[in-house]
Amino acid sequence: MASVVLGLLLGAVLIAVQGHSVSSAYSALVLGGAGDADALLRTLQKATPLVFGGLAVAFAFKAGLFNIGGQGQLLVGAAFAAGVGFGLEGVPLVVHLPLALLVGAAAGAAWGAIAGVLKATSGAHEVIVTIMLNFVAGNLTDWLAANPWQDRSGSNIIARTPLVQPSAEIPTWGWLPAGFVLAVIAAFACWFILERTTYGFEVRSVGANRHAARYAGISVGCIMASTMAVAGLLAGLGGAIESLGVDGRFEAGVNVGLGFEGITIALLARTNPIAVIPAGLLVGLMEAGAAKMQFESGVAPEIIDVIQALILLFVAAPLIVRWLLRLRDRPDAPDRRLTLGAGWGR
Amino acid sequence: MVATAVSQAEPEVLLAGHGITKCFGPVVANDDVSVELRPGRILALLGENGAGKSTLVNVLFGLHRPDAGQVVIADENVELSSPHDAIARGVGMVHQHFQLVPPMSVVRNIVLGAEPRKLGMIDVTQARRRVLELADRFGLHVDPDAAVEDLPVGAQQRVEILKALYRDARVLIADEPTAVLTPQETDHLLDVLRGLTAQGVGIVFITHKLREVMAAADDIVVLREGKVVGTTTPAQTSEAALAELMVGRAVDLHGDRFESGATGVGSAAPAEIAADDAAPTSEAMAADDPERPVVLDIAGLCADDDRGQRAVDELSLEVRAGEIVGVAGVEGNGQRELVEAITGLRHATAGTVSISDRDASGARPRQVTVIGVGHIPEDRAKHGLIGSYSVADNSVLNRYFKRPFAAGGMLRRDRIDSHARDVVATFDVRTPDVESPADSLSGGNKQKLIVGREFSDEIDLLIAAQPTRGIDIGAIEFIWHRIRERRDGGTAVLLVSAELDEVLALSDRVVVMYEGRIVATVDPRTATREEIGLLMAGAAPGTECSVAGG
Repeated sequence: MASVVLGLLLGAVLIAVQGHSVSSAYSALVLGGAGDADALLRTLQKATPLVFGGLAVAFAFKAGLFNIGGQGQLLVGAAFAAGVGFGLEGVPLVVHLPLALLVGAAAGAAWGAIAGVLKATSGAHEVIVTIMLNFVAGNLTDWLAANPWQDRSGSNIIARTPLVQPSAEIPTWGWLPAGFVLAVIAAFACWFILERTTYGFEVRSVGANRHAARYAGISVGCIMASTMAVAGLLAGLGGAIESLGVDGRFEAGVNVGLGFEGITIALLARTNPIAVIPAGLLVGLMEAGAAKMQFESGVAPEIIDVIQALILLFVAAPLIVRWLLRLRDRPDAPDRRLTLGAGWGR
Repeated sequence: MVATAVSQAEPEVLLAGHGITKCFGPVVANDDVSVELRPGRILALLGENGAGKSTLVNVLFGLHRPDAGQVVIADENVELSSPHDAIARGVGMVHQHFQLVPPMSVVRNIVLGAEPRKLGMIDVTQARRRVLELADRFGLHVDPDAAVEDLPVGAQQRVEILKALYRDARVLIADEPTAVLTPQETDHLLDVLRGLTAQGVGIVFITHKLREVMAAADDIVVLREGKVVGTTTPAQTSEAALAELMVGRAVDLHGDRFESGATGVGSAAPAEIAADDAAPTSEAMAADDPERPVVLDIAGLCADDDRGQRAVDELSLEVRAGEIVGVAGVEGNGQRELVEAITGLRHATAGTVSISDRDASGARPRQVTVIGVGHIPEDRAKHGLIGSYSVADNSVLNRYFKRPFAAGGMLRRDRIDSHARDVVATFDVRTPDVESPADSLSGGNKQKLIVGREFSDEIDLLIAAQPTRGIDIGAIEFIWHRIRERRDGGTAVLLVSAELDEVLALSDRVVVMYEGRIVATVDPRTATREEIGLLMAGAAPGTECSVAGG
């Protein structure tokens, strides 16, 4: 929380320095993100893939793995869900929509599992592999959208699929997109799996102490591979919901960057799956309100990126926050530092 | 920082510590330790792990400040505030874990931080020439242009030595330099060290390997529990005598084996324990009884260490129900690999393990647990506990998947918590509550938690590796008592310990391990420490003490 407040304060200074009114800028930002039903819908739609992307990073992190591949996992999920969404005709909604979501999730899971299996069998570092797989996924989905799955109707020359069938569309209830409900359910499911199941115990053990996990009879390789598959599934589901609930199709280049923001969200939430929800909402709100802020107070929307970066900086560097807030270092306090290097060099 | 000739005015004492005392919290790592190194000599610091060898050299090298005592370098009393002070005075250290930059060339590694410069750039030609000169003068042959990461470990170590010599070291401190070497590399290193002394360099050489001490040292200082327990020379001593000094004082043959003048913290309380449980009981005497079923049956077991060298060599061993078999041996003779091979943590390259008449060769750790084996691991921080986990989670660390702790893939928190409270109460684990992280516990309480966990399940076999390492006397007594109780209840126990006292106090039968083999089986009621010490040093049973090993 302190990091968020500090980020907004520094953002306010930057806005004031440019000669704009801080209060009108921030109130426009909030109104644009939550002022009415439309604004709220925008925020929730923006927050949905952020929550999924955040979960994809947070879940993998519990096993000590740094999943940079949310982008690629999201893209394959989005593309394959759209493929099922427009390709199948005459199927009832109760079959079509779940099937499309499932295929998107499975595509993401498979994409994530590649990195997990490679890590488990050959020790290939998941950071490197997932980054490379992002490029592969980007080019693969671009090709799908430009060639076999391209929308041939009318004079379309854009690399995009046709619109998905109505039976594969994710509904929106007033200001509440059903996709966001799924995101919240997914966050609680992650928490439940990690904290309440034997599988979660195994995942956390591998992340906390790989040697002790082996001693405890846990197959470290299987856990790494399956954890990356779960992480990919989450990101893939996020991508599927983008295609089926927001864009209505898959279009090359539209979802770029969404997967990377998951890293921001996971850090902001300190890799706690429940905290990923408010973290996703906060960033979603800022992105949804940025346009209104620019329109009403003339502040460039890029300031939002700056504020996000500042918040992240403060999250990642708790010492700076302590120093700024003059907090005393309590030696008895539980260690809440995030060790992001945990996956490196082992 | 120019490599000049070593011989200027020759000091009488190159390096010395007088009355060095160093405490870490309540632990006295060095207690009034005095050592002295003269030019051209090799001083061996001998002692078990935790005897205070590393602390002592860290004080001499300026890494730790002594609480009391005086460091002397080249006849001068000095105050070292950092290793830089020591290096500037001609003391070099070869760490056990090399301080090298793997992708950089040998020359660059050696000159790093003290590069000859020309016009602000590194003068590579000059650097290379000087390194070659040094290597030639001291007979340390190594390819100057090879990348360090491509060199074998022995050659990397020579680079470390050259690095120190390049900085004009007249004293070389080598911390367990042979721990990472193959036998051939070890022999070569000892030759190199002797070559250095011929040029006036003095060497402090830390080890717990007796053979190397006898082969290379001029002076020997034996440390035990932070104190100097012996100062001698190879000519005046034997491997057996050194082994005895290392592991403890000579003792009596019967029940009160701890009372005969053992020194330091390890002495007082075990004496009471020994009086309490007066050595093997009558039931335990029956342990050799062939009527009792064999629980652990190992035949021809082989396993490699982390470097791929054979560490367990065609070892065969039986442990019967209701007996404690103690494995004695100087550390590094394959005990760790033996335990890991039995418990499934290490791949056995040959041989069979059978537990309770079931084949457990190549079993995974989970299968070994399910067969009914409790394992107190040697390294409790690495294997035994997850520090960030609660006491409750750690109390089921390797049994979380079993009923009643889990059902249908779900953890049953209430059952885990009540189990943890049982363990905490029964095994006297001092913790505010079962939700506290295991890291907040003291070493003794961590160990009691592990023992409690392993004892709370039905087990036929207990494998206890260093079960009381580094914990306080009260906890040692408690754990010994519990292990005996288990034995009396019919559990087979394999005890591996570097503490000969512990092996002798607990075991019904003692096997001595040397270089991956069991070299002898002795009866702890009749064997003398001299006898066991000699066997630990590698002498075949029955030979005389005088010229063992070598």
